[in-house]
Amino acid sequence: MQPEAKQLEKRVVSVLDNYQRDKGMLVSILQDIQAEYNYLPRETLEQVSQGLDVPLSRVYSAATFFKALSLTPRGRHLINVCLGTACHVRGAVRVLEAMERDLDIKAGETTKDLEFTLETVNCVGACALGPVVIVDGEYFGQMKTEKVKGVLENYT
Amino acid sequence: MLTLTIDGRDVQAEEGKVILEVARDNGIYIPALCYHEEVAPYGACRLCMVEITRRGRRRLVASCLYPVEEGLVVETNTERVVNDRRTIMELLLARCPDLAAVQDLASKLGVDKTPFRLEDKKCILCGLCVRACEEVVGVSAISLVNRGTNRQVASPFYEAPDACIGCGSCAYICPVDAIGLEDIGDTRTITMPNPRMQKIEFKLKKCSKCGKYWAPEKQLDYIAKKAGLAPEEFDICPDCRD
Repeated sequence: MQPEAKQLEKRVVSVLDNYQRDKGMLVSILQDIQAEYNYLPRETLEQVSQGLDVPLSRVYSAATFFKALSLTPRGRHLINVCLGTACHVRGAVRVLEAMERDLDIKAGETTKDLEFTLETVNCVGACALGPVVIVDGEYFGQMKTEKVKGVLENYT
Repeated sequence: MLTLTIDGRDVQAEEGKVILEVARDNGIYIPALCYHEEVAPYGACRLCMVEITRRGRRRLVASCLYPVEEGLVVETNTERVVNDRRTIMELLLARCPDLAAVQDLASKLGVDKTPFRLEDKKCILCGLCVRACEEVVGVSAISLVNRGTNRQVASPFYEAPDACIGCGSCAYICPVDAIGLEDIGDTRTITMPNPRMQKIEFKLKKCSKCGKYWAPEKQLDYIAKKAGLAPEEFDICPDCRD
């Protein structure tokens, strides 16, 4: 799964060139790299720093600031469990616990096989459907612990 | 030059200066922790909030960031300012109850207790070290990482940073003495206020005349390179030079 160093560097260079090595485009560049690998391998941050002539500390600062960017590998599928007020009172916490049990990870973590990343979100504006679980952008409403297995099966 | 009013006094100020600078130039005290004249203002600590009146509207602004204007009316001690400052101080005191500098400023502002839940952080996140490292030293070895409650000063990947030259500017400028710097024998140790980061160690250079260890080798290499001097220029410490 670990991308080859050479290939990694080539990809970073082509992303940098896409943006004419403009320092102001740092976040867009990081987003593109994130889209490619699903996370930001450490070497890519170093290459971006060198390629843009921006201190590594600033690249690291940006990479750790945005939630859309991750320094650890993320799963192929992203699961968001809504813990907003409406979902919460309808048992979202239990749904989350069932997810954690089934995937054997805690919220914020990624399964060992890199299939799933489990995250929580505080309201997605679909309160009437609550509790809501979103997998790769697909919404599952009226979630129950019994439905967790079935939802996950769609993605394995 | 333009004229503005601070606490009822007419003061002259150069255009481009910020309220805080002008106030201090005129002996008017405004508390602040994240302000330092050698680096760009940042507006992190919010202790320097003052009330301004502009086109008949009153509002609170951070005086370290607000450029002076002709006819601006500034008040540094209104009820609103004092209340806000108090709350900010209480928050700082709750975050860092063990820091002497925070305690001192709190008692100066008449804050002796805080209603907020106590933490034991060492860093107030003013960013002075980060700014000094970037603007004064020019190496940008550290930065503010993460966000929200996880925000902290750190080097990339929490490792001893390649870029750091061990100059200690961060420790020097820190308003709450949160960054440790210790020279023992031939080693300088810098401790960041961040439990995830290990101590950073530097080898010190020995003066070839008096034998005293006087500066990190890495810093001297950096200065030599920047100033275009031969590294041998730094074999002797400043005390032994004539």
